[in-house]
Order: sequence, then structure tokens, then C-alpha cells
Amino acid sequence: MSDLRPEPPRDAEGRSDLRLAAPTVRRDVPVEAAHSGPVAVFGGIYNNWLALEAVVADARRRGAEALYFLGDTGGFGPHPDRSVEGLRTLPVVSVAGNYDVSIGASAEDCACGYTDPRDNHFGQLAYDYTLANTAQEHRDWLATLPTQRRIHLAGKELLLCHGSPRRVNEFLWESTSPVAFVDHLTTTQSAHLVLCTHTGIHWERRLPDGRGVVNVGAIGRPANDGRLCVWYAMLRPEGDRIRTELVPLAYDHARLAREMREEGLPPEFVETIETGWWTTCLEILPARERRRGRY
Amino acid sequence: MTAVHPSSQPAPGAPEAPAAPELPFLHLDCLWLQVTGTVCNIACRHCFISCGPKVKIHDLMTVEQVARAIETAAAQGARSYAFTGGEPFLHPEILELVDLALARGSLDILTNGMLITEALARALAGRAAASPHSLDIRVSLDGIDAAENDAIRGRGVFEAAVEGIRNLVAVGLEPVVAVTTLAARHESPEGRTAFLERLRELGMRQPRLKLIPPFKLGREERRGGAYADWERVTADMLDAEAPWKLQCGTSRMVTNRGAWPCPILVNVDAARMGDTLEEALGPCALADQACHTCFVEGFTCRT
Repeated sequence: MSDLRPEPPRDAEGRSDLRLAAPTVRRDVPVEAAHSGPVAVFGGIYNNWLALEAVVADARRRGAEALYFLGDTGGFGPHPDRSVEGLRTLPVVSVAGNYDVSIGASAEDCACGYTDPRDNHFGQLAYDYTLANTAQEHRDWLATLPTQRRIHLAGKELLLCHGSPRRVNEFLWESTSPVAFVDHLTTTQSAHLVLCTHTGIHWERRLPDGRGVVNVGAIGRPANDGRLCVWYAMLRPEGDRIRTELVPLAYDHARLAREMREEGLPPEFVETIETGWWTTCLEILPARERRRGRY
Repeated sequence: MTAVHPSSQPAPGAPEAPAAPELPFLHLDCLWLQVTGTVCNIACRHCFISCGPKVKIHDLMTVEQVARAIETAAAQGARSYAFTGGEPFLHPEILELVDLALARGSLDILTNGMLITEALARALAGRAAASPHSLDIRVSLDGIDAAENDAIRGRGVFEAAVEGIRNLVAVGLEPVVAVTTLAARHESPEGRTAFLERLRELGMRQPRLKLIPPFKLGREERRGGAYADWERVTADMLDAEAPWKLQCGTSRMVTNRGAWPCPILVNVDAARMGDTLEEALGPCALADQACHTCFVEGFTCRT
């Protein structure tokens, strides 16, 4: 494909040469594991350590051979260190999200990619709380996570990333990721499936030959659908296909809401946990996804 | 200004801008189509491409031209499409064009809202419901009342635009409201709150605003003044993120007369990239002073 671009040359200070296009395809990500059985893939913990414990138990019950996490450990929920400790002790292989990159660098904000002042206001509250309550040792660990991984499932190559393979904080929504774009992405990235999160709403779009993009959703907060469960994905080889199962996951949401209140987190965040409707960070939703929500 | 931007100092007697940097083209994520050219039912005082009822710098695109551009973009893997003008709803075959775009990706339509009747709103809502892709209508208002809005957009425009908004709200197709920041207070938290409250009064459940900085081109240059000489993008301002941040790194514009880097520059002959979209799928020069507005404001035409 003519769209496959090499890494641009860098000058003495490591800056890329702007005369060439920025890299959209990384060639330095080897295939690191090969699985034959089902794998579970989840994203967006957002400090919801109770959902992290629940997803590991649920995925194992469903026969998952391995668990992969697509990033954004922090944000929104209580006690950030509990989620990082969970990731470091549970059998989960992690990819960095924009939140992890920011916390790992003790940066000023989450680089979530919001454009609206109200979104940025609430995003900053969650980020400042998370940064202040993440131990330096955990920040250092988050900084070691790669932003992409590649694995084989039943011989097919899966690309694991946070927002998109092009940018850590790119939003891939169902209503703005048409077939033509899915084709482009899987072709240029040389991947059978691209697995991503970042938007917080799960979806899947496949091409007739089985290639596709799966947004695994988030386990940190409900999917703006008025339900209290959160979502992740099970990928199962079936013959020469890989079947995606988007799985609703129950967890102790009452306890999470209680802990959020005890930590003094904004009531708007708690409302989302208790109602299933997003109250903040809404302005980035495309029209179709926005209309489905309450706010 | 000379001390701060010595490179923009014109040579004596022969004004000459410094060489403009080129911006790499990453991918065609979004295709803009000026479906009605510069033909509009009103003539706003701040229009940066000077549209009006008899302005045919660019004319209406044919259905065939639109279909060809959309198919070319889809073959590139485009994500989204945007119709602008002029006033897109002056196009006699606008619903056919909407169908072409929504079949391939998400669609934004930028309109003054005045022609959106109950019947048209219903037709659009039906298409939005039937498509897996997003349909966003963006209606322009330049004030929260007739006096403020019509001073810029013309007498009677506020009332007609609000009627169009009500018709969209009635069918559940709440538009984004685009506001130019000619009045700085629209950018302030209080100004935004006032605007959002006004939109709730119009029945909106989920009011959304898109703020747009003025571009000192066309009629707006006459109204508000031209760019100062130092207002231009230079190579040292750009980094590797620039092609992602500036919309000309990932989108292109087509009209009935050819292809341009973006919707802002369609009346700048020097910016024209070719007769067809295919010819425009490469780097573009950030040569126009309007590029400076996008750079410093972090502005993109997308919703």
C-alpha cells in the first residue's frame, strides 16, 4: 500500500522532519504472543478498581486464555492506586492510554482530546485527583507501558491500541468510522482486527472478509445507555473467523458510588455510576451517539 | 512588530512574504463539498467568501460532481463529509446529495437554517435515523436576539433561522449552533451560558455550540480589517503534531471549479490544488494569512 509510510528521519534533538508525513504506521511493534483460545480485551478502567476485579473473574469464567487492557487506568473514579496495583498483580497485559502517558510523565492534563471548556473542566478535576493520588512508583510503571501491542489469535494478527493506531487519543466512534475507513485502517496497519477503546462506548464494524475494528468500550463507567453495567470484549476463534462478543459486566456499583462520595469526587460523576447516563464529557459525542443519551 | 517578526518585513518597494511552509497530507479523513458554491439566500457582513444571491464565484455542484468526489474520497478511506456553500439547502437535489454522503460516512451540513421547513426537517430526520452514520446540521446564529444577529446577518434572518431550528428540534434532530466570535463575550463562560440558555428556551434538550473565529477575508476583511503583515505561519511554528491539528493535514475541499486545501481558501486562486480531488491529495502550502487564524486559534471547521 502506498499509504505505508516509514518512520520519519529525526534531527539531533529527536524531532521528526516535518517534510515527511508523520508516521501513521509503526513498524517497531513485534507480535508478542500467539493464542488459540478466546482472549478478553477491555479498556478504560478510570479508577474503577471494582470493575477491574470483576472483569478478570468474569473473563476467566468465560474461558479467556489471556486478558489485555487497552489503557486509561485513571480518571473519574476513586483510589487510583488500587487499579494500578490490580494491573500489576493480576494476569493482565496492558497498553498505555493517554491517561497513562500523562500520569506516567506527571503531565499537567490528561490529553483526552476534549475541545469543549465544560468537558475540560470536569476532565481536569478527575485528572488532578488521579495524579495527586497515584504513587510515584505506580507513575513510573505506567510510563513503561507501550502504546501498541500486536498478538496472534488463531493465526490472525490483532493490533491493540488505545484511541487508534494513528493517535493515542483519537476517538473512533461507530457513527464516524464507516466501512471505507475500517478498510483503510486494517489495510494500512496490516492487522486483521484493530482493537481500541478511548470513547467509552463499545461497537464493532467488520468487513465481509472478517477484518474490522472493535471498540471494546470501557469498564470504568456505563456506556451512556441508562444501564448500570459496563462493557468489555471476548474474542473467540470459530473456524477461520474470529467472533466478537461484547459482554455486559456487573460489578459493585453501589460501593463504587459510596467510595466516590467519600473521596469528594464531583456528584456529576457519581450520578453516571448510579444512573448509567453520562453527565460530563459529552461534547465530543457525534450526533448519533449524543442523541441516544439523556444529556 | 518588525522586531518580533523580522522575517515578515517586506523588502523596500517589493512586498514579499517569506517562503510558506508546506504541510504534509496524512490522510483524507474528511471531504468538504461546496455543494451550492458561493450562492446564498443572504449576504452576511462577515462572510469570508462573500456569498450572496447573485455571487457565482463558485456555482452549484451537479449530482454527478458530488457523487464522483464522494466515491473518490470513500476509495481513500474517508470518515466524514461536510456540505457547505453558500446555503446548501438552495440545492434543488440536496436530499439526493445527503443520501450519497450518508451512505459512505458521517455528514455535517452547514446552513443558515432559514430554508428548513417542517417537511425538510422530517426528511432529514428520517435519513439520520436510517443511517449508521452521524448526520449533524449546523445552524449559524450571530447573536441571541434579532437585533444582535441581524446586524451581521441581515434583517429577518434571526426569526427565520430560529424557525428552522424549531423545526429540527421538533423532529429530534437538534442542530449544533455555530457562532462567530465577532463579539468577544460569546467566548466567555457567561456568554456561552447565555447562548446555551437561549437554545434551551427554543426547546433544545442537548444544546451544543461551535465557536468560529472571524477570518479576515472577503466581506469580513472589509468589515473588520485585513490581517497585519506578521500574521502568517512560518516553518518554525510547526512541529510533527501540526498535520493532525490543522485540518488541511487530513481534509480537502471541492467545489464545482476544482479542489482546495480547505473551505476557508476557496476564493484564493493561489491556493487551488487542481481540477479534481485526486490532484489535491498531497502537501499544501500554508501560504495564506488566514492559515494563521487556524494555527493560533487551533481552529478546525469540523463540528
